[in-house]
Amino acid sequence: MRKTLLSLFIIAAFVGYSFWSRHDENTKVVTPITTDQHAQSPTASSSGTATTATTMATAYKDGSYTGSAADAFYGNIQVKAIISGGKITAVSFLQSPNDRRESIEINQQALPLLEQEALKVQGARVNGVSGATDTSQAFVQSLQSALSQAT
Amino acid sequence: MKQTELIMGMPVIVEIIAADEDASAAIATVFDHFRAVDERFSTYKTDSEISQINRGLPGSQWSAEMKAVLKLCEHTKQATNGYFNIMRNGQRDPSGLVKGWAIQAAADLLLNRQLTNFYIEAGGDIQVDGHNADDEAWRIGIRSPFHRDEVIKIVAVKSQGVATSGTYIRGQHIYDPHQPSARLEDVQSLTVIGPNIYEADRFATAAFAMGRRGIEFIEALPGFEAYMIDASQIATLTSGFGRYVV
Repeated sequence: MRKTLLSLFIIAAFVGYSFWSRHDENTKVVTPITTDQHAQSPTASSSGTATTATTMATAYKDGSYTGSAADAFYGNIQVKAIISGGKITAVSFLQSPNDRRESIEINQQALPLLEQEALKVQGARVNGVSGATDTSQAFVQSLQSALSQAT
Repeated sequence: MKQTELIMGMPVIVEIIAADEDASAAIATVFDHFRAVDERFSTYKTDSEISQINRGLPGSQWSAEMKAVLKLCEHTKQATNGYFNIMRNGQRDPSGLVKGWAIQAAADLLLNRQLTNFYIEAGGDIQVDGHNADDEAWRIGIRSPFHRDEVIKIVAVKSQGVATSGTYIRGQHIYDPHQPSARLEDVQSLTVIGPNIYEADRFATAAFAMGRRGIEFIEALPGFEAYMIDASQIATLTSGFGRYVV
């Protein structure tokens, strides 16, 4: 029971995070580019937010659909979507990127006198931003590929 | 001139400080280059060369480009004590190196066209050269691993690569507010500044896999600096990082 609750929590958090993170950067268009036989381009995606809206408004055929594996850079994200009554009723993870970290032993020794600081939000302008390849983007990509089979 | 295109499942952004016609032709060449890399190295395309190799294509039929990349992967594995390893379940997946290598090759394409002031980014990994549109060093923000619309550090770089490794949400390892001490020291992201993006990216990848010892690995590498953020929202800096901070 606890495991189920935990799984539901994780899925809810991930779905929420994915859509939230897509919302704040509307230039980021998520389009599955893989040629995997199950992956077909979803509806024409001219903007990130529009894609989500279009995809979610469609009535899906009932069944269980496995998305293509999408690269989250440290491993793959692959989801399975369960459609019941034309709606997404469950999304589960078949793959998630934790394999490499799991195999590494972490040395708990103190670091050699390196400076530390608390994070502080910067307001000044920048030309670009460096960040890790987004796992939530891979999640949306795999989910879209699953849903494209359900339409 | 600045343009963005979605290639290899990630936004590729190119900005070139030059006359519009020169910049626009060069940007088209760069996007073509990234599409060609995707066709050859994507493990998700069943007809890509890497997929054919994973199905048993004999070495004699591998392209020169493929051989070069796989050799670089092998060198990187040795340079990182095996932390960088492209073999997974008996299959080759060089994508941990290909992105940085592809950005580096794109930079070389521009330099060959005598373009010396540019910014090239693929999915958060960046190579810059020369100066920005305001005739100053390129200003690069480091994204917060906790709030992706927030920049928590800004560095100024002129002819360098900036790469960040990390996963914002790692499968089962979501932070548990009821057990604040659990995995609190987990590394959330590691940003590396190096002499070019190829070097910065491959060492960021390997160092991230080392956990907290990753920043010590970068500290010991001449010409590289790093900014590590852990789950308690504390950043650790290598000793020379401060000179880049704006």
